[in-house]
Amino acid sequence: MAHPKENRILLKHADEDYFSTDIDCYLKYDGYEALKKALTMKPEDIRLQVKASGLRGRGGAGFPCGVKWHDLVDRKSGKPIYLICNADESEPGTFKDRQLIHKDPHQLIEGTIISSFANDVNLAFIYIREEMPLGAKILQKAVDEAHEKGFLGKNIQGSGYDLEIVVHRGAGAYICGEETGLIESLEGKRAYPRIKPPFFPAAKGVYQCPTVVNNVETLCNVVHIINMGGEEFAKIGRPNNTGTRIWCVSGMVQNPGYYEIEPMTMKELLYDVCGGPLPGRKLKAVVPGGGSMKILDTEETYKDRDGNEFSFDDIIVDYDGIMAAGSMSGSSGMMVMDDSIDILEALGNLLAFYAHESCGQCTPCREGSLWTKKITARMCTGGARDEDLDLLMDLAKNIGGRTVCPMGYSTTWPIESYVGKFREEMEAKVKSNSCGMTNFDERLIEK
Amino acid sequence: MSDDQKDDGLISVFIDGEEVRTKPGTNIIEVAASVGKEIPHYCYHPKLSVSGNCRMCLVELGMPGKDRATGKPMLNDDGSPKIMFFPGPAIGCGTNAAPNMHIKTDSDMVKECREGVTEFLLANHPLDCPICDQAGECRLQEFSTSHGAGYSRFVEQKNVKPKRTRLGPRVMLDDERCILCSRCIRFCQEVADDDVLGFTDRGSYSTLTCFPGKQLENNYSLNTVDICPVGALTSTDFRFKMRVWFLKQVKSIDFETSVGCNTEVWSREGKIYRITPRRNDAVNDTWMPDSGRELYKLVESDDRLEICQVDQVKVSPSEALSKAVELLQASDGLAIVGSGRCSVEEQYALKKIAETTKAVGVYLVGRYGEDDGILVSKDRNPNVRGALMTGLIDSLPEESLSELGAKIDSGEVKAILSVKEDLIAAGLSKAQLQKVALISLDTQSYPSTEVAKVAIAGLTPFERSGALVNQQFRIQKFHKAVPGPSGAVDDLVALGTIQANLSGESFPSTVASIWKSLGESGPFEGLSFQSISDEGILLDGTGFDSLPFVEGKSLHFEPKQEAVAAE
Repeated sequence: MAHPKENRILLKHADEDYFSTDIDCYLKYDGYEALKKALTMKPEDIRLQVKASGLRGRGGAGFPCGVKWHDLVDRKSGKPIYLICNADESEPGTFKDRQLIHKDPHQLIEGTIISSFANDVNLAFIYIREEMPLGAKILQKAVDEAHEKGFLGKNIQGSGYDLEIVVHRGAGAYICGEETGLIESLEGKRAYPRIKPPFFPAAKGVYQCPTVVNNVETLCNVVHIINMGGEEFAKIGRPNNTGTRIWCVSGMVQNPGYYEIEPMTMKELLYDVCGGPLPGRKLKAVVPGGGSMKILDTEETYKDRDGNEFSFDDIIVDYDGIMAAGSMSGSSGMMVMDDSIDILEALGNLLAFYAHESCGQCTPCREGSLWTKKITARMCTGGARDEDLDLLMDLAKNIGGRTVCPMGYSTTWPIESYVGKFREEMEAKVKSNSCGMTNFDERLIEK
Repeated sequence: MSDDQKDDGLISVFIDGEEVRTKPGTNIIEVAASVGKEIPHYCYHPKLSVSGNCRMCLVELGMPGKDRATGKPMLNDDGSPKIMFFPGPAIGCGTNAAPNMHIKTDSDMVKECREGVTEFLLANHPLDCPICDQAGECRLQEFSTSHGAGYSRFVEQKNVKPKRTRLGPRVMLDDERCILCSRCIRFCQEVADDDVLGFTDRGSYSTLTCFPGKQLENNYSLNTVDICPVGALTSTDFRFKMRVWFLKQVKSIDFETSVGCNTEVWSREGKIYRITPRRNDAVNDTWMPDSGRELYKLVESDDRLEICQVDQVKVSPSEALSKAVELLQASDGLAIVGSGRCSVEEQYALKKIAETTKAVGVYLVGRYGEDDGILVSKDRNPNVRGALMTGLIDSLPEESLSELGAKIDSGEVKAILSVKEDLIAAGLSKAQLQKVALISLDTQSYPSTEVAKVAIAGLTPFERSGALVNQQFRIQKFHKAVPGPSGAVDDLVALGTIQANLSGESFPSTVASIWKSLGESGPFEGLSFQSISDEGILLDGTGFDSLPFVEGKSLHFEPKQEAVAAE
């Protein structure tokens, strides 16, 4: 159940006993009222409301949703506009969209319908990752129910607006979370991210038509923006970080889980909400926004742009707060490590994931992710050499920013931050070669 | 300084500070190439879509800065515009020239990027250059030398992949060498219109493969070998035969059809090893059909006519020629069967022989097949238009020589001079041919050669030079790549000698000299063999508009409307 420090808006009903995924239940708690309200508005006004709300994308980059809709989507080409809900939640440590889909699917459907209406979309897709079969089932049922009740299909609620939603299942690739990779996959091709320029989804997305791609949580927020009005929504949280965010806290805290909160400090979140470290342990490091984001050292002193110093505990958990600490809030998957963690093994484990998930399209990520994985795997199993840390750093530099899609950074940022912040610990391991025969998963070693 | 746009429609971009005028939208690799700067690349190919996956062509981009508040250009202390470079590199192949764009192709960052990509590409590369057919013409090899570190920091196990996968009857794949540039995949989709290739697996384990139940067997499959920047795709025909640096290249033309693909013939010590396409943006881009690459096998085929014959007895070329002249002088009622495979020069000589001998008929054998809409046209003769332009014939040839057969039967035709044609395959019977004095000039020993009174051993297109006129009325040159057999005689020498003896006047017997009369007047006026460029010259074919040419639409050819309507 919700923690008192939470402000549950999206997850308001999610874990309550009275609530189910049935449309009747959703309707009972004022479901689809926002849609009815939205259908009386002009699409452009909805877009302005969303812009006024300051809602930022919850998928990772944190791009303002209203700007994307209002300013970027190409409405002059005369081509149909499509909307895609990105439900390919696969960033390590992230499980918020899963809750929204599994526990309150109609909220997502309603948000998708409103967002489609706002963007003159008549065909929307929900691209859900292969590893969520139950979620796909639940969503399909929700779509069918919405159809029956006249919230989808032709002439929705007598407004003259038509919309179909297609629930599309992926085939099990992390890269489909990247929007242009997702679009390729949706078109039935191999999920190779497209080069930008020219293939910006807002101009040349799915089927070369303008396409709006939004995260599940972003679309769910739209429902509440319509309900309370953009300006009212903007009062939640703090400026430029409006609304609540669902943080997925995993790892070595007493109460890991998902928490929908307004911006608060790291100390409040990890100690008050999550109960602090396990007995007798000390927090060592936190990955704030999903596996690919830079790690934060709990003992480090951070400096913001104005030169003010602040400790790890004082980091404000939102887009700008974590950015000020030199990392990113990403997909809000917060992985907590305590002093029992061998940081080199943690890095090796993460790199194994990115090597496995690199799509293989472009050279730096394809070869770099596997190579760095092989190096860390070797280091973790007793074969560390003095030059390995420098080699890792140098390879990392050659990957990020030189690839087709941002996934190159998923290899670069962890290496740069783990090695950068915990170099002494790693060097000591290299020297004593005490890395061998520890907890490292033998299956990750290249045979 | 330059304005954004001048009247010529060109814009200014700056490559390493040097101003270049180019069309808006030209990609940066091409712009740099136009001023002689090579931006290294693997996946980019000028005739395929941009994929941007190799990341070798990373460059630094910048635009003149503008003050955000005032909108005015930002200036350096010396008053020159301040160029704001983007913090990260961008791919040259995916970047189109924009007015006043600045590109750095040799900055420290760019060099570092290339070195990084090269190191990554080599990490899992087998480095089996000593046994690799691509060695010597391998982009990876070249760029590893020019942009690589020269040593390896990779101490792990390399990936192991299949070394010999048969993708199709003519193409073999070595997966370990593949750098996954996707050129071959894009070629099959975009040019050959036969989407059979794709990648499977992920990351560094990605593997090129054919779709299940398919193979790479279209008539353009060997182009994938040409455009493969490394030795991943090799030709089963050329595989392990010869190191490319020993081979000599000679410019030639594909003789298969009237498309006239530009080619290069690769030979060593008089032996041809392969034929590859030569770029001509107006004819064949950088492609050619597989079928045209096998034609060199004619040179050493089992049925090659290597020595001249008189009444089936082997003789020297001069004996054969004098016997031929003797027969021609003695007989009235001569018919000439020329060929659409002869060069313009040979057709001109034949035309002169026809005039001198007052031939009762001049024929060409038509060859027609299916066109594929790409680079194989319906007309399988490469030079029918040449025969029309030299005046050898005035209508399109038919496949059968039945009219000539009737004239033999009626006794009107008593002798035939046949060039490069199997008259039996063209519809005449052995009995008919035995009734006449047959003088043939062939490269292969055809059934009709066996009944020839004189069989002159001629040369294949790879052993002589000349010009052809393709379906666009573009005259293009082919050159001698290898010497012919010692017992054979150059076609033009043979025809020239015959004409000189028949007419009693001297007649040129070399390509260069025959152009002196060819270029004097008529459709080739003002031209000489030397003046025809490697890309060919488009001639005026409007005089032949009324003829029902058979070619359909192909890569760079649109049939004339009348011809389409007539079909």
